[in-house]
Amino acid sequence: MTRYLSRKLLIYILTFFLAVTIDWLIPRLMPGDPINVMISRLGPRNPEEVKLLRDYYLRLFALDVPMWQQYINFWKSVLQGDLGRSTLYFPRPVMDIIKAAVPYDVFLLLPAILISWFAGNNFGALAARRRWLDNTVLPIGYILTATPYMWLALLLAWALGIVAGWFPIAGAYSFELRPHFSWLFIKDLLWHWFLPFLSLFMVMFGGWAIGMRNMIIYELEADYSRYLETLGAPQSLIRRYAFRNAVLPQVTGLALQLGTIVAGAVATEVVFAYPGIGNLIVSAIQNQDYFLIQGCFLFIILGVLLANLFIDVAYVIVDPRTRLGMAGEVA
Amino acid sequence: MTLQVENLTLYYQTLRGDARALEDATFKMADGEIMGVAGESGCGKTTLGHGIVLLKPPMKFVRGRVVLDGEELPIWDMERMREYRFRKISIIPQYAMNALNPIRKIGTMIGEVVRSRGIDYGAILPELKRRLDLVGLSHDVLKMYPIELSGGMKQRVVLVLSTLLNPSVLIADEITSALDVSTQKAVMEMLVEFRDRGFVKSIMVITHDISILYQVADSIMVMYAGQLSEKGPTEVIIHRPRHPYTKMLIGSLPKVGVRYAETRLSGIPGSPPVLLDPPPGCRFQDRCPVAFEKCRDVPPFLEIEPGHFVACWREY
Amino acid sequence: MGLKARSEFLYFAWRNKKLRVGLAIILFFALMAIFGPFLAKYPPNEYVEVAAFPPSREHWFGTTIFGQDVFSQFVHGLRATFIVGLIGGTIGTLLGILIGFTAGYRGGMVDEILNMITNIVLIIPTLAVLIIIAAYLTVRGILTESIFIGLTAWPWAARAIRAQTFSLRVREYVDMARISGMKSWRIIFGEIAPNMMSYLLLVYILQFGGAVLNAAALDFIGLGPTDTVSLGLMMNYALLWAALPLKIWWWFVPPGAAIMAIVGALYVTNVGLDEVFNPKLREL
Repeated sequence: MTRYLSRKLLIYILTFFLAVTIDWLIPRLMPGDPINVMISRLGPRNPEEVKLLRDYYLRLFALDVPMWQQYINFWKSVLQGDLGRSTLYFPRPVMDIIKAAVPYDVFLLLPAILISWFAGNNFGALAARRRWLDNTVLPIGYILTATPYMWLALLLAWALGIVAGWFPIAGAYSFELRPHFSWLFIKDLLWHWFLPFLSLFMVMFGGWAIGMRNMIIYELEADYSRYLETLGAPQSLIRRYAFRNAVLPQVTGLALQLGTIVAGAVATEVVFAYPGIGNLIVSAIQNQDYFLIQGCFLFIILGVLLANLFIDVAYVIVDPRTRLGMAGEVA
Repeated sequence: MTLQVENLTLYYQTLRGDARALEDATFKMADGEIMGVAGESGCGKTTLGHGIVLLKPPMKFVRGRVVLDGEELPIWDMERMREYRFRKISIIPQYAMNALNPIRKIGTMIGEVVRSRGIDYGAILPELKRRLDLVGLSHDVLKMYPIELSGGMKQRVVLVLSTLLNPSVLIADEITSALDVSTQKAVMEMLVEFRDRGFVKSIMVITHDISILYQVADSIMVMYAGQLSEKGPTEVIIHRPRHPYTKMLIGSLPKVGVRYAETRLSGIPGSPPVLLDPPPGCRFQDRCPVAFEKCRDVPPFLEIEPGHFVACWREY
Repeated sequence: MGLKARSEFLYFAWRNKKLRVGLAIILFFALMAIFGPFLAKYPPNEYVEVAAFPPSREHWFGTTIFGQDVFSQFVHGLRATFIVGLIGGTIGTLLGILIGFTAGYRGGMVDEILNMITNIVLIIPTLAVLIIIAAYLTVRGILTESIFIGLTAWPWAARAIRAQTFSLRVREYVDMARISGMKSWRIIFGEIAPNMMSYLLLVYILQFGGAVLNAAALDFIGLGPTDTVSLGLMMNYALLWAALPLKIWWWFVPPGAAIMAIVGALYVTNVGLDEVFNPKLREL
């Protein structure tokens, strides 16, 4: 188990290292000078003022030292949680902006991922045992998982938001409200949350249901299932064993799907103007706010790494083979 | 008689039509008999073994009767047959090495299976442990996962589990094919020991390796392309075979005790007929050196001397 | 593949309903992508009509808020979709094959390192990397987009192919080739690859679908090609220019529906092909 987890940990540390390096490179490779953009936005009146501002920003962004020093400085500030300042929301620190956005991502993604995973698995397992259910679940599942996230989001917003008028289609809460702890606000929050959640949930659900359905059929054909049948074991026991075995690849599948889920979350947040990191990174790009792009990228990687770690621990719990230090995992 | 099989006919459903894997098998197994079933791959021996225990698609029941201890087995009925499996008839499958749920401790799994059949695991545990001792396994295996055991150990666990409820008939399907020669002998001796101690009444040993049967089997039944060719006491089949196919099978062994590979028999020209549409009559006729007109009809499986059955028109 | 094996393959392929339906849908859209632009009466971005005109005889899919013909945009977008799928899918598959085969065949240290790299790249979300690359390029064409999508899509394919190669390289005929002194690359492409053709085809189909979806996401958040129309871009404009509150549904429904149909058909084809290749999965 230690070998399994430490190997994974090494990969995560290397991934993080790579991500921070990419992150450091971004503003240095990007076209256009972020400082020029920012200065032009503030609209200084004469060359002296421009120079003054430029020096100030150079110091602020630490661009006036050699490259290797910049790199080390960057690591220092990343580890201290200092990601620079946004030019779009100047002078707010990037860290603050992201901190404000993260709760919305957690609030949106965690339920969508977990509920779709559990529901999809159970539904897929159920589909595998009844032909009529299988014949309906399978096509619906394939349609759902082939649906682009933003299109389903658009359809739901149009049908349930505009035409039916049941749900709001933008923001995390109503304009006239300020975040505070009250029943009114929570209700409003959930009201706005529902459509983005539903569109993410539906697409993921299709994928899990199909995955489980296929896995469980495969497991029901496995040797251990057959042997149980020759021992006259009841179907309930055979299905229980098959389910437990079929869940394992679904757990690793969750780790593999995280990339797609991130993409889906970005698109969905854009459709519903939901104030998470996905929305943030898109507006950062549109406004060439490189420090904000950096910060968002880093946080996306961090989130994915955390999720991976969590999944690994879950996997060790469900698959005894990893505990015994024998290769049983697929990821 | 422990087991009586009459006209048992089982087909395999394929997209191209039914493959006639087993045609009109009729034979008996006596109390305490260890019967070897031998033949090339595709001869129907595995279909016979599995069909009696677990007959499910794509395997299809066509006709026939299987009578166990005087009671007819509803082998065509997956549900009703459930009651007989494990208690009355059991199998050590060819895939014994993969037969245990990989993510359950062996003891837990046995407990769950046994309880699912309405048997108190606590009450049967002492006997389970005694039998583990008998096959040389420590009681610790009950606390282990299958991945912690070697292939041979897993097979012995399956042997113990399959026979735990003292079934009348045990079917051992190719249990030696993955083992080396010394282990093969030990496994076969365990089977004999289990029979001698009365854990099982009769055993059907399915194998492509006649030499393994010579050591332990009381009788040998030879099959070819879905038909029974010959059945008789081991000595008789080895030294005085009557069916031309058996003769070639035995003759292809340089001497008894040497295994032959599961490939096409050297010295017998041709290959077994396609079972989708086999020629009428004896299915060996195309490769048989002594075939004649009569072989266009199916030869009956006749007892030519006590306990010795042959299906060949030349022998009546 | 021998003549008999090939006819058998075609026999089962034709009998498979999933394969027939999937291929028919793909073919339909492919034909539309090829010939549609010739049928379209207007250039995709020209303002030709009154704004936000619902579907009619003159404008089959209606017009955008700017008065552009949605059908013209749609068929041109389809073209872009197929180009991205073909190029992105091909690059992703080829890279996956290259890295997967090398790792799986060489084993040892080479495998160790390649596998490590694959695992690292696998964790980093593709879209996040694409966003950064796209933001770096101010002028983006459909070709560059396809290439970058392909360059980031290989990890899972590499891993799957590596596993397959592992299981194949211990086979007898590979041993024979090795003993007879054949060069590694000749063993890989002469002995191992042909035995994996079916598997590689399945990988390619999934890479194709993945590239299409990735491009749609990228285009939708405004990082797609700057010089042409695409289905994702249509939805992007529809959202930006208030197609939702203005109820111009004909603007954003066709592009998404087409992507869904194409990708869905690819998945179904994949399942069908899998059934044809693996006799065990064939329904009786």
